Amino acid sequence: MEITPDAVIYFQWNGIHLNATIIFTWLVMLVLVLISWLATKDLKVGPDISRWQTSLEVIINYIRQQIKEITQQNPDQFIPFLGSLFLFISISNLLAIVPGYHPPTGSLSTTAALAICVFFAIPIFGIGKIGVKNYLKQYLEPSVLMLPFNIIGELSRTLALAVRLFGNIMSGTLVAGILLIIVPLFVPIIMQILGLLIGQIQAYIFTVLATVYIASATQAESELQQKNNNEGSEKNE
Amino acid sequence: MSSIDIVSAVSIFTAGITMAIGSIGPAIGQGMAVARALGAIAQQPDEANTITRTLFVGLAMVESTAIYCLVISVILIFANPFWNYILGQ
Repeated sequence: MEITPDAVIYFQWNGIHLNATIIFTWLVMLVLVLISWLATKDLKVGPDISRWQTSLEVIINYIRQQIKEITQQNPDQFIPFLGSLFLFISISNLLAIVPGYHPPTGSLSTTAALAICVFFAIPIFGIGKIGVKNYLKQYLEPSVLMLPFNIIGELSRTLALAVRLFGNIMSGTLVAGILLIIVPLFVPIIMQILGLLIGQIQAYIFTVLATVYIASATQAESELQQKNNNEGSEKNE
Repeated sequence: MSSIDIVSAVSIFTAGITMAIGSIGPAIGQGMAVARALGAIAQQPDEANTITRTLFVGLAMVESTAIYCLVISVILIFANPFWNYILGQ
């Protein structure tokens, strides 16, 4: 039994392997780009909006609102990264209802790549928002002794992000496969439905955790501003 | 007992024990978290959105320890690194 779609190889040429992970990642990317392109082809304002535009607007609005609630900041700077993360994971888990499809998120390579994107996005957003000095200062909080633990925490939460998504999706397909051997009728369908639900929840959780991490790296700015404002008002008094 | 027997027996036993012990803690933790969240929602239904979101994130964090155990036991059963060593001997 394969526990990862990396082992399913469709195409081989001069040492280049095209395995199921790559193929289905491309498929998901294609689906996302096609839907977005079709939906945003003729954007309109007014009462007669196409269905595609309305549904996309609902999704984007909801993501914006969630990001705004979590970060307490303007969501527009984060939405290209976090929204794409959510849509990619969500669609790639949702397409598992199509027969013959292996979710690319069920491979540790995909989830590790996504987690590494988050790992690099945190300092990029953080430094862009609060500057190098303030960002690096966060590692020395609450005292210098905590520096190694902060660094370990940074690495381990990236690992946790990758392994959590991989473990959940992989266990879904694995449980369905084992149940097919024991009880081939009806019961695997219920587990598949549960797997779909878990896939959506994991997409949500991955995005929320990435948002929380980015928010915590960019939060210092608002605190600093508050401090400055307080000091300013004290001086004025 | 040859070494291949020992490795397979220990791997299978450890995979089961890993899953068993590794799911006790997260199960208790998740139960407590859900119980508290239900109580909080019953007291403050207006805050249900925030509580539910925090609950889901918290549950995922708690559950990740169980998922680590699952990954370890799956590796032990389906992709045991010691097989290659023994088969190579």
